[in-house]
This record gives sequence, structure tokens and C-alpha cells, in this order.
Amino acid sequence: MIFLNYFISGISLGSIYAIIALGYTMVYGIAKMLNFAHGDVIMVGAYVCFYAVARYELNPFIGLVLAMIVCTFLGIIIERFAYKPLRQAPSLAVLITAIGVSYLLQNTALLLWSSNPKVFPSIIGRGAFKLFDGELSISHITALTIIACLVIMAVLTLFINKTRLGKAMRACSEDKGAAQLMGINVNATISLTFAIGSGLAAIAGALLCSAYPTLMPTTGALPGIKAFTAAVFGGIGSIPGAFLGGLMLGVIEIFAKAYISSQLSDAVVFAMLIVVLLVKPAGLLGRQTQEKV
Amino acid sequence: MTKRIITCTLLVLAMASCAFGAAFKIGGTGPLTGGAAIYGMAAMRGAQIAVDEINAMNAGITFELRYEDDTHDAEKAVNAYNALKDWGMQVSLGSVTSKPCEATAAENFADRIFALTPSASSAAVTEGKDNVFQMCFVDPNQGSASAQYIADKKLAKKVAVIWKNDDVYSKGIRDTFVEKAPGLGLEVVSETTFADGNDNDFSVQLTDAKEKGAELVFLPMYYQPASLILAQAQQMGYAPKWFGVDGMDGILTMEGFDKSLAEGVILLTPFNADAKDEKTVKFVAEYQKRFNEIPNQFAADGYDCVYAYCQALTQAKATPDMDAEAICAKMIEQFTTMTLNGVTGENVKWAKNGEVTKDPKGMVIKNGAYVGLD
Repeated sequence: MIFLNYFISGISLGSIYAIIALGYTMVYGIAKMLNFAHGDVIMVGAYVCFYAVARYELNPFIGLVLAMIVCTFLGIIIERFAYKPLRQAPSLAVLITAIGVSYLLQNTALLLWSSNPKVFPSIIGRGAFKLFDGELSISHITALTIIACLVIMAVLTLFINKTRLGKAMRACSEDKGAAQLMGINVNATISLTFAIGSGLAAIAGALLCSAYPTLMPTTGALPGIKAFTAAVFGGIGSIPGAFLGGLMLGVIEIFAKAYISSQLSDAVVFAMLIVVLLVKPAGLLGRQTQEKV
Repeated sequence: MTKRIITCTLLVLAMASCAFGAAFKIGGTGPLTGGAAIYGMAAMRGAQIAVDEINAMNAGITFELRYEDDTHDAEKAVNAYNALKDWGMQVSLGSVTSKPCEATAAENFADRIFALTPSASSAAVTEGKDNVFQMCFVDPNQGSASAQYIADKKLAKKVAVIWKNDDVYSKGIRDTFVEKAPGLGLEVVSETTFADGNDNDFSVQLTDAKEKGAELVFLPMYYQPASLILAQAQQMGYAPKWFGVDGMDGILTMEGFDKSLAEGVILLTPFNADAKDEKTVKFVAEYQKRFNEIPNQFAADGYDCVYAYCQALTQAKATPDMDAEAICAKMIEQFTTMTLNGVTGENVKWAKNGEVTKDPKGMVIKNGAYVGLD
């Protein structure tokens, strides 16, 4: 029973990683860049939601929608001013810029909202489903996170595969130059990708802080790194891969803590990552692309 | 002409201060602005109240207090210290926060100016310096004091410890706690850690403590992770006794925190503003009257420092015309032998290395407020 309890803890933690990883992997899949500021957009989303719910006492879902709108615009602005001018620059320059944006967001948040931790009010309360006479419990927020992951996955997959805009995204992802020649507005498509990714970040922020309710300007940074790891684990660029990678990372982390050593849990997690990447360099569900010469 | 007038005025003032100048010059540095300003301001205000009280007593000893701003920066603290030295500081209150105090303590040692810091708690502050003393507990001592307190009050036999293994504060307290516990009949049944980056989920740590039957969980950490631990334990339906250290102070003022989660949390801090003894009541009332807030531990430390000096200087029969070095020698002698009863503890004594021992006070959180246990 303890084993199952740990497993459920792992799934709850993993579902949070998964929902953050979805945003990472989607932006990487289309724009081929690692948006290290993703974790900080999550933090901004969480703050917007916090202020809407705790200060202005709005309905949590209105707060969430508000956070999504703010984050979408934030994503568009970041893309316009930080990444767009570097469209032709080497990918390393974009990576460094992303790290810069990450610090900018963190420090702006520090100025605006101070470093005092705030306690986030859960968007759906702190209840749990009890199974086997209360031996096992699955919190509502975990269930909601998993459902949100599945819905987002399904919608994203449909969007990318079935719509014209989605087709344009896939084209950009495969070959920007050729896509441009086919009459696709590459710049607009990439901006749209960022807008969607940042909107997802707002949802991830509200769920992250509902599950683990302290909110600080650095709240998004470390879960962001973990989620990035999860995305790589599952195969970066692959949407189901991010989900699977997130869940597995959470479960491995909890099991390592429980059965090996709480001091070594991170070491075990990253050792697993190395093993997976040695065996399958593209990640669990990643696609190996052949470079044609 | 103006210049001459100023010079004359200064001369008169200087003579005046010589004539009535039976005042010891106490100087201290602390963050009076910036992010850590609440600590510096509190210590300074506490010290100022003590100085005013002593001066009003006409007990044959008077003080002149001067605080300089160091913005919690080691380099600025040394500049501030030098300004105080030029002013003629005879005894020093060191610095308020640990890092700057490590820097000024080295200067104190080199210049032979005695220092008693209100609140710089790291062990490096006093290490290897015979004339630098602390008013607050040195970090590791909180661990042994906590173990002692749990054993004395028979709070539990089986104890779990959750600590943060990438934080010297947490590790220092945990080390001495775990070392001291077995000798006091406490059994540490579960010991688990967390670090930056995996400090969100505590289900494993809590399940471990629960399964091994810990009646009390010791949390040597700051209040932010502690708030998560309390929330997750409640979700699990695990309700042991919780025991924290001074880092827990602040949990009730977190915005949005559900105070019922912290109900019954015990924490060990040297100062309790709710205490009913005469000294504390008087100090708290005066502080509230002047600054319109409840004094925290730093204010109380500053207050006690000045009274410690008052006692030591009186006993040593020191006079304000002695130079800092002569006073320093007398102070070392006094501080290693005297006992102080202050607002931060009864029977306050100092070891030769400058570390303090005193009876810590237990506080428990009841109905969303700190209440003294004793």
C-alpha cells in the first residue's frame, strides 16, 4: 500500500512536470529553440492568478483565463523584442537571450511583488478522492492536472495535424526556408507558437501553485528546469513524449527518494536520464531525423 | 566669519561634551536600508530604547549610541565601522547580520575594540577572536538547545528530522540535534532531506516519518518549505507535534497562509513578546509606543546588548575616559564571568570563545498567534 501511495505521489509530481514540459516541447518542436524563460512565464501566470483570486476575489477560473490572456501577450511581447531580431542568428545566441529573459522576468517580479513568499489559494480546493478506506488518496488537483494534460495534448495534436495553421507550423518546423517559399508567413507562425506556449504556461502556473502552494519570483525556475529534463527524457519535440517523460520523471524521483536516499534523489533522476539518452539519443518517443546531405 | 562662528560653536560643544561627557560611545553597523532593513532597524531601535532608559536612570553611567548603515554588505560594513572608529567608538555592537559581522569582527579584533553583536549568528563571527561576543545563539547551538528542550519537556520519544541538505543553517542545526538527541533519550527514527529543486513534494519524507512512528517532527529550516510540509501533512492526515527553530518565525505573516495549519507548532526562539515578566512587558510597551509595532527577536537582542554593557562596565568600574583597548581587556574579563538576566533569556552566560548560553524560550502557535509555552 505504501508502494502505491508513493506511486501516486510520483504521478502527482510528474503530472506537474508534464504540463510544464508540454509548453517546452511544443515551442521546441516548432520553433526549434529552447525557451528557458518558460518557467518564468509560468511564475508570472501564477502571480496574475494569485492576485485575481486572493486580492480581487474573482472566481478561480476567471483568474485562470485572465492569467492566460496576460501570459499570451507576455509571450508575444517577449518573442517580438527578444527572439524575433535573432531569427537569423546562431541558435546559441537565442539560447543565451532566453536565459537573459528568464532573469529579466525573475527580477522584475522581485521588484513588483517582492521576495516574500505568498501562499497560493488552490483553484479547486484541497480535497482528495479516498480509495480503500482512505488508505490511498488522490488529490483533486492531481486528477485535474492529469485531465488538463490529456486535454491539452489532444487539442494540440488535433490543432497541429488538422488545421491550416497547424500545417503551417509543421512546415516551419521541417524547413523554414522552404515554408517561406511556399507562401507561409514564418514569422507570424513562430509568434503564434510562442503565444500558445505562453498561454499553456499560465495553466501550468495555476496548477503548479495549486499543488505546491508557495509563490515566489523563483517559483517557476527550478520546476522549469525539471520539466525541461522531462521533455528531453520523453523526446523533445514530441507532445506525447513530454507527457510520458514528465510522469516518469516524477515517479522515478519519488521512488529514488523513498527507496534509495532522499539525499541522492536528484542524482538518481539524472543518472536515469543519461542512461535513457545513451540507449535512445532522441529520448523515449523522440523521432530520429536523418540528416540528408 | 561664519567659519569662525562654526569653529567656536564646535569648540564650545566639544568642551561641553567633555564637561558632561561621562558617556561611553557605543557604535554598531547594520542594514538600515535595503532588503534586510527590518533586522537592522529593529536592533538599532532596541538598543536605543535601552540607552535612553539607562541614561534616564542616573545610575552613574551614560551611553551615546550611534548606528551606521551597512546595507547588509560586508565592504560597506567595514567603511561604516571605520566611520564609527573616527567618531571615537569605545565599545562596539559589531554588525547586525552575519556576513557583514564576519568582516567587522576581524577589524574589532585587530583594533582591540570589544564587540558584542546582537544577532550575527554564524560561528565564523567569533571564531579565533577573543574580544568578539554574541548575544544570539550561534547556529549549531539551536540544534542542541532544541533536543534539550524536547527531552526536558517530555514532548516526544521518537523524533523525525526533515532538513535541507544544501543549506548550512539547516545542516548546522540538524548535525548538533542528531548528535545530542540519543544522550537525552530521544530516538531519531526518521531522517530525510530535501534541497533546492526538489523542495515541492514532501510526501516521501512525511510518509517515512509517519510509518516509523515519529511523535514529533523537527524542522530546522526557514518557514517557506515548512509551510508546504504542514499543508501536505494535513492532506495526508498526519498530525505529529511540529517543532521549529528561529527560521520558522515569520510563517504567520506569509500572505495567504492558512494559519490553522500552523496550530500547535512549537518553536524555540530566545525572545517572546507575549511573555509576562516585568522586563519584557516594559520593553514591548515602550517599543510599541515609539514605533507602533511588536518588537521581534532582533530588537530584543539589541536591547539586551546595551544592558549587558551597562552591567559589565559598572562591574569593571570602567570610566568613559579610558581608551577602547583598556576597556576591551576589562570587558573580556567581565563577559566571561558575569551572568545577565535579559529579555532574551535568564542566566545568560558567555564562553571564552564568545558564544552565548541561555535558556531558550518555547513558543507555541495558538489561534494564529505566538504564545509563550513556559
